[in-house]
Amino acid sequence: MVAIEYYVILSAILFTLGIVGVLIRRNAIVIFMSIELMLNSANLAFIAFARQYNELNGQVFVFFVMTVAAAEVAVGLALMVTIFRTKHSIDVDQLSSLKG
Amino acid sequence: MSGYGIEDLVYILPIVFLLVWALVLVLVEAFTKRPDVTMLLAAFGLLAAVTLSVIQFGTEATAFKEMLTVDGYAVFVYMLVLASGLLSLGLAYDYNRRMGWARGEYYILMLFSIAGAMLMASAANLIVVFLALELLSIPLYVMAAFVPNDASSEEAGLKYFLLGAFAGGFVLYGVALIYGATGATNLMDVVAAALGTNSPVMLLTGAALILVGLGFKVALVPFHMWTPDVYQGAPTPVTAYMAVVAKAGGFAALFRVFIAAFPSVSADLTPVIATLVVLTLVVGNVAALAQKNIKRMLAYSSISHAGFLMMAFVTYGSALYADAVTSLLFYLLAFTVTSFGSWAVVIALEKAEGKGLDFEDYAGLGKKYPMLSAAMLVFLLSFAGVPPTLGFAGKFFLFRTVLEAGYAWLAIVGVIMSLVSAFYYLRVVRFMYFEQGDPEVRSEPVLNLVTAITVVGTIFLFLFSGPLLAWASEAVLALI
Repeated sequence: MVAIEYYVILSAILFTLGIVGVLIRRNAIVIFMSIELMLNSANLAFIAFARQYNELNGQVFVFFVMTVAAAEVAVGLALMVTIFRTKHSIDVDQLSSLKG
Repeated sequence: MSGYGIEDLVYILPIVFLLVWALVLVLVEAFTKRPDVTMLLAAFGLLAAVTLSVIQFGTEATAFKEMLTVDGYAVFVYMLVLASGLLSLGLAYDYNRRMGWARGEYYILMLFSIAGAMLMASAANLIVVFLALELLSIPLYVMAAFVPNDASSEEAGLKYFLLGAFAGGFVLYGVALIYGATGATNLMDVVAAALGTNSPVMLLTGAALILVGLGFKVALVPFHMWTPDVYQGAPTPVTAYMAVVAKAGGFAALFRVFIAAFPSVSADLTPVIATLVVLTLVVGNVAALAQKNIKRMLAYSSISHAGFLMMAFVTYGSALYADAVTSLLFYLLAFTVTSFGSWAVVIALEKAEGKGLDFEDYAGLGKKYPMLSAAMLVFLLSFAGVPPTLGFAGKFFLFRTVLEAGYAWLAIVGVIMSLVSAFYYLRVVRFMYFEQGDPEVRSEPVLNLVTAITVVGTIFLFLFSGPLLAWASEAVLALI
């Protein structure tokens, strides 16, 4: 059996990759994928810890998180579609009409 | 292991009712397509939820296996966000019709989001904090982008969405780490396990990540980048709504979680919190000085008020935290009343979507519309903390608590920043009273009603600061 630490380290790496992705990528969809990566890294951590403590709570949380992620996808993609219709781009650098 | 009983639902009846009511309204809106009917029904639902909350005064209970707590603190926040909901319905009703995009879904989304804010105040489990945060936020993303075919509203919605989801990721990973460090997500179990944890670093990292995530939501510097853009681009009633309700929900959860679950890391976190407070106060107030657009100015002003609210937080590990939370609740109340009032005036002057929002547009307001500009004067003075307004009482109690807790330097920073804030608030006053201009204001009954209620509240509630503070402190007793 693989030790719990490895899962936790992997989830930390995924979480960091997610943050880096949000900060350096400019395409709204890729940014959103990076956010999903952050959520999934938390899911992995939940599962690993649930295994460590030998209880179910952590595994059930993952279902909650997946539901929330699905709701976010619905709203997020809808927002991106509307903005693409108006601006013909989802590059966040071009979202600069609000400034001051 | 027994399941859940009907009494669990009864304890959180205001929230359950609001959610069921919102679902019913989805159907009503789908079949009637009458936005004004939906709006009236939404207002009725909020009033009913207020009544149910009043009945809950004095309840001390946990529901759903200690996942939710109903106590005075939660009920205080319930009342605050429900009242905010009613006020923002009033703001939105005339505005949405004037701009020609009145749609019933707007009010339904708002009900869902209010239920989320109420859940945040009640959450006694970290996973519930996350779920409530998302229930509060996801409808808000849609509301921010509500204006059809308007690039700036859509841009505001997308920016808010991306940064809000980013912040949600931080909160969630923090919860996961705390689960790992303590084996629990229930606040009471976390605090018990935190003392004997063998991974304090993981606990501290988790707590810090939750602080960062909620810091995004309540717009603390350096997590505030989205605030001015989103506040400016979103339709003004939505801005008014999220400035208050997202803050109230965020702070309610932040305080309950940190006081109940993380007293053990307070020594490590307090310097970080103090730094955040100073940064927020300085950046918020100084950046507001440079603004020419009133929505952006109020956005930075709301950042600075988040800093003031956060001041109460530096004492969370000390014996004085009860006083601190009391002054936080009081300041939140003052901010709510004042903020809605000022946004009502902004909406009265907004001619078309995004027009009539510069300081120049306020020139001559004092001569032409003396009542409206007097109201704005009251709100701006209350923001700046000048007596006899509610804002003064809020700052007074807050600074007193911070002084008593031994953070004299922080109170001094607060006072200096209040003075700085007076500069930009008074600039609007100068335009209203000492510049020539011919502003055009529409007199709309519901909007005028909101302005009147808030202006009376700002002054009248000041006279009753004592009893209000007593109520707030009674509410906090339950938290201890």
